[in-house]
Amino acid sequence: MNAAVTTSPVVGPPLWLLLELTYRCPLQCVFCYNPIDFAKVEDELTTEEWIRVLREARALGSVQLGLSGGEPLMRDDVEAIADEAHRLGYYTNLITSGVGLTRERLSELKRVGLDHIQLSFQDSTREMNDFLSHTRTFELKKRCAEWIKEHGYPMVVNCVIHRLNIDHLDTIIDMAVRMGADYLELANTQYYSWAHLNREHLLPSREQLQKAEQTMQTWRERMKGKMKIFFVVPDYYEQRPKKCVNGWGTTLATIAPDGTAMPCHTARMLPGLSFPNVRARSMKEIWFDSDAFNRFRGQGWMKEPCASCEEREKDFGGCRCQAYLLAHDAAAADPVCSKSPHHRVVVSAVERAQETRVPEAPLVFRRPENSRSYS
Amino acid sequence: MTQADRPSIRPGIRLQWEAVQNAYVLLYPEGMVKLNTSAAEILRRCDGMRSVDEIVADLESTFNRNGLQGEIEHFLQLARAQGWLSAAES
Repeated sequence: MNAAVTTSPVVGPPLWLLLELTYRCPLQCVFCYNPIDFAKVEDELTTEEWIRVLREARALGSVQLGLSGGEPLMRDDVEAIADEAHRLGYYTNLITSGVGLTRERLSELKRVGLDHIQLSFQDSTREMNDFLSHTRTFELKKRCAEWIKEHGYPMVVNCVIHRLNIDHLDTIIDMAVRMGADYLELANTQYYSWAHLNREHLLPSREQLQKAEQTMQTWRERMKGKMKIFFVVPDYYEQRPKKCVNGWGTTLATIAPDGTAMPCHTARMLPGLSFPNVRARSMKEIWFDSDAFNRFRGQGWMKEPCASCEEREKDFGGCRCQAYLLAHDAAAADPVCSKSPHHRVVVSAVERAQETRVPEAPLVFRRPENSRSYS
Repeated sequence: MTQADRPSIRPGIRLQWEAVQNAYVLLYPEGMVKLNTSAAEILRRCDGMRSVDEIVADLESTFNRNGLQGEIEHFLQLARAQGWLSAAES
């Protein structure tokens, strides 16, 4: 009999620290990745608590910092947090819809050393942007873009792409060019949380995707050397899963508004895992010793077909949340993988996306009332 | 880039020593590259003041080696293509 040998993987530093400062957000985007039950979370960390997290994580080697949400600018201490982050040596990225940004706040953020701002749009026209976010924010976002440029920041524009806006890709890219974007991220929706709830409305057809890729290629050639365009296809159309968060507990630590620490921002949905809270434990204990961060590290947790798969080091079996959502088992292979026994679930969602009918279930906007009634 | 150009790290990009990684890294929007020793030694000298020729001379004397010019220029081209460097003409 062979003795059971557990080889524990070498755990590197949490290079990427993502702080979801708040779940409050004036937008109501139908593809939001915040948890469906976000309305339950009311007890946000204080400025001092966030700053303690920054210090502890920096000592472990965290260096890329994301300030996100919700809409992070709903808090009035983003400036104080960015200030401390800069002093500690973080490269700080603010991920914002622009709502809550003023010229004054931007000048202060620049002064304290904020490194980069990523501004999100929902579409290229006021009508569609405002419909998809369920708010009147389009003109405001355009003003924000001007201020961001004015303050000497690289202009990084993000637009989440899905069935309802993918046919407008040409005008979306054109808008980004006219705004002077240096980078444009066109990331197709990932189907978690609100996007999973609204998936039948959001998953594009194959034809839509092919057209979009052609449009994107044309613009890439036209803007070569002037603007970088990133295009992420929905993983439902892939045959192999993504290497989600670069591997569980290898690179990313996300801290939710109430201090819950997670290896990715959607992990809260996984049953049977108790996530540590920064109010009770240090970042060092959380990163190295907590059950939640160790659960899917390395390969010991893998089942077939992953356990013996020759590609297991390439994608680590894909995404744990997607495995749970689609195969009802967080340790299963990500059903996006054609080797997964549950791959049929993905295939049938893709087949339905080729039909032209409008889904029966209504489009659900991310707002507190819906958060309470759907969770 | 010519030998008289004075390369500098582009605004929004930061070169920084990371003790935990025991390496210099380049930080940019939502990304990071860990640099090997030679890349770090070259980039540390890209301060917008020194010309390519001066950088080469400095590195050759610091490391007591000759004939580094080709290698350094090749790396600078690469770094520029990556968008890490801009070069002011003198």
